[in-house]
Amino acid sequence: MKLFRIRGGVHPDDRKTLSASQPIVTLPMPELLHIPVQQHIGAAAQPAVRRGQIVRKGDLLARNQGAISAPVHAPTSGRIMGIGNFPANHPSGLSVRTITLKPDGEDRWTDKLTPCDDPFALEPAEVAQRVADAGIVGMGGATFPSAVKLNLRDRYRLHTLVINGAECEPYLTCDDRLMQENAAEVIDGIRIMAHALGVSRTLIGIENNKPDAQRLMREAAQAFDGVEVVGLPTRYPMGSEKHLVQTLTGRETPARALTADIGIVVHNVATAYAVHEALRLGYPLVERTVTVSGGAVKNPANLRVLIGTPVSSLLDYCGGTVEEPARMISGGPMMGQPLPSTRVPIVKGSNGVLALTGKETASRPEGACIRCASCVNACPCGLLPLEMAARAKVGDLDGTVKIGLMDCVACGSCSYVCPSNIPLVQYFNYAKGELAARQRSKHKQLETKRLAEQRTARMEEQKRKKREQMEKRKREAAEAKRKKAAAAAQTEANA
Amino acid sequence: MTQVAAVAGPYAHEANHVGRIMGHVMLALMPATLFGLYLFGWPALLLFLVTTLTAVIAEAICLKIAGKPVRLTLMDGSALLTGWLLAMTLPPWAPWWIGVVGSLLAIVVAKQVFGGIGQNLFNPAMVARVALLVSFPVPMTAFLSPTPLFSADAPNFLEALAITFGEAPTIDAVSSASVLGHLRTALTGGESVSQALDGFYNPLAMLWGNAPGSLGETSALLILLGGAWLLYKRIITWHIPVSMLASLFVIATVMHLVDGEHYADGLYHVLSGAALLGAFFIATDLVTSPVTPRGQLLFGAGCGLLVYVIRTWTSYPEGVAFAVMLMNACTPLIDHYLKPRIYGRDRRGEPLTYPDQAEKE
Ligand code: SF4
Ligand code: SF4
Repeated sequence: MKLFRIRGGVHPDDRKTLSASQPIVTLPMPELLHIPVQQHIGAAAQPAVRRGQIVRKGDLLARNQGAISAPVHAPTSGRIMGIGNFPANHPSGLSVRTITLKPDGEDRWTDKLTPCDDPFALEPAEVAQRVADAGIVGMGGATFPSAVKLNLRDRYRLHTLVINGAECEPYLTCDDRLMQENAAEVIDGIRIMAHALGVSRTLIGIENNKPDAQRLMREAAQAFDGVEVVGLPTRYPMGSEKHLVQTLTGRETPARALTADIGIVVHNVATAYAVHEALRLGYPLVERTVTVSGGAVKNPANLRVLIGTPVSSLLDYCGGTVEEPARMISGGPMMGQPLPSTRVPIVKGSNGVLALTGKETASRPEGACIRCASCVNACPCGLLPLEMAARAKVGDLDGTVKIGLMDCVACGSCSYVCPSNIPLVQYFNYAKGELAARQRSKHKQLETKRLAEQRTARMEEQKRKKREQMEKRKREAAEAKRKKAAAAAQTEANA
Repeated sequence: MTQVAAVAGPYAHEANHVGRIMGHVMLALMPATLFGLYLFGWPALLLFLVTTLTAVIAEAICLKIAGKPVRLTLMDGSALLTGWLLAMTLPPWAPWWIGVVGSLLAIVVAKQVFGGIGQNLFNPAMVARVALLVSFPVPMTAFLSPTPLFSADAPNFLEALAITFGEAPTIDAVSSASVLGHLRTALTGGESVSQALDGFYNPLAMLWGNAPGSLGETSALLILLGGAWLLYKRIITWHIPVSMLASLFVIATVMHLVDGEHYADGLYHVLSGAALLGAFFIATDLVTSPVTPRGQLLFGAGCGLLVYVIRTWTSYPEGVAFAVMLMNACTPLIDHYLKPRIYGRDRRGEPLTYPDQAEKE
């Protein structure tokens, strides 16, 4: 198939051999599971269990709230130890609402599963509903509730489903292994999603550094019309949604639009696997594959892990670290986030746990920009990172936006190549954060003003009512007086 | 000024840093430099040492005064490189103070006054060269025929000390004009190009470099070798050298075809003077050239055109330094107008329209 070139991109040392040959192993049950109620983009789920309650695997722990949200289910059977605050898998390490579950070791499924023999006989909306009920979110790390994306057919004219099997982040191999070991299930999930979307064409993009996954997926897809596995050049950020779509179809997503605007929806391979399990077996999303790797890890591995498992359990299983890691990361080294501690749990979006040595992170002090243009050449979005950073540095946020801040996908390619080690993405994230805060405070001001206005209106209203009341009373009093006088006159007259 | 968290993704980094870039440029300059030192002997080596040392010391002092980390910044090698490039463009037997004044101008005035590495608008070495040329035209155009080390005419070390640091009477004995200077004079004197160059210019000699000229610009072949290394190591891209040499070559060829008696041919222009050195090592200076490929093409073409114009129609026989500086001044403008197209937007920055879905349902 003809591929289309995208601009920019970088070739990081992929370091995948550390874990690529490790088959997926199921991690033994940890002693406690910490399951945050929010593991997705959107509104947090509302706890549906109490302390002390006995649950079975797959029981609902927290109910989704609103249109963009996802429920959370019990990863195994056991007792709810409490609902409280627990450090989140987020660089801030701030506490989030978390349900703690003590496994009973029996791992018994709930009796509320609704398996389905033929998902293709279901209405598309029904498929999407089941995906929503299973709590499935984008498992490539974005954690957008998947069902919302499967329902896009209502509003857009869709024609193609693109599956992201690029796994372009260095170190990560969990998608690679999943495609090799569960190709049939992944293809099944992909076809179910295509059915839900009502599209006839599916393209599965897999980078060329995963020949085995390509071959096995191709074999598994052979029997089905309209499902095609495509080899992608190995280049970061091939997995960026809009760039993946352009490489495969030649279509460029307009700024500020969704890929759905050009008729295409993108899902990740791990998401497809979860969809297969949800539809065929009725399983909600309670586990995922995670790559544990990095130069400091003794035995890098690909693990199947229950949601809520502490990161430390994964590391212990891998034999711990051989040297003090310079940096612990959740996700890949390009877009991943520092892990605040190894106590934090694995969540639906966790695809990697990396323990990197100082040599691997190769961090140096920040220098001055020498205008070498490396960042310009690396940016897949056609931006001028050096100029954006210069403006962000002096606090010129509007100027930063003017030259494309909002078009930045935060891929980190620019920082990766900068010979002066300028943390460019960091400046952009900072600027985006500032702008969001500004927006919020603007909204807040408007809201305060609105409330104040409402209050004044209410008071006016009250005053008006009071006045009316008084007038009414006055009128009534006058009336009564008049009547009384009339009555008196009457009596007098009678007398 | 905004300071972002010291902890910053991505947590992987290309094995590239400023020091490595400068190191590769110096490595690429090495063959032409060594050849130049051989060709012009001990005085050239002394001048080279004076120029580079002054540059490094001046940088160190400036950094110290500005309260910046001295060691760290010196280690990036940019000051050494500036001194080195300047030395390459000086007459090889120039007296020591030419090197000292030049390096001070380059580092203090052209670089540190602007705010140090990355902040300067003009290429420091070229600023210094132009200033020297304008202020001291005589020593700056006193070229000499090559007297390779160990050859009969070559000065020994003691004589070299006298040439570089003392009053130098020996220079007249071997002085000569550079090819460009010779042609300039001859044309002014009414000779035709072929008369002027007859016996004076031989493309093969220029290629190898056995000709009078500045310290490091004589051997076209060795400069090309260095340029190839920079391209191979991706320190520079092809855009500036190719567009600069191509524009120079094309204009010269056209003019030569129009009037061969008055205008030398394209090959002559490309091979002589600092055209090659300029195209690969000076115009490509990262700090002062545009950041986009399209901008670089325009920049290079402008350099080539200006080199030709200055060499042909002004009183200066050589124009690379002027040309590069003039184009340096245009860099901000070029960068402003020739931005890359942002993904999902057209060239004017408006979001693309939907090709096949004009109206959404
Ligand atoms: S992080 Fe933004 S600016 Fe940097 S390369 Fe990626 S898209 Fe371009
Ligand atoms: S890569 Fe770094 S040094 Fe080079 S232009 Fe960009 S910001 Fe400046």
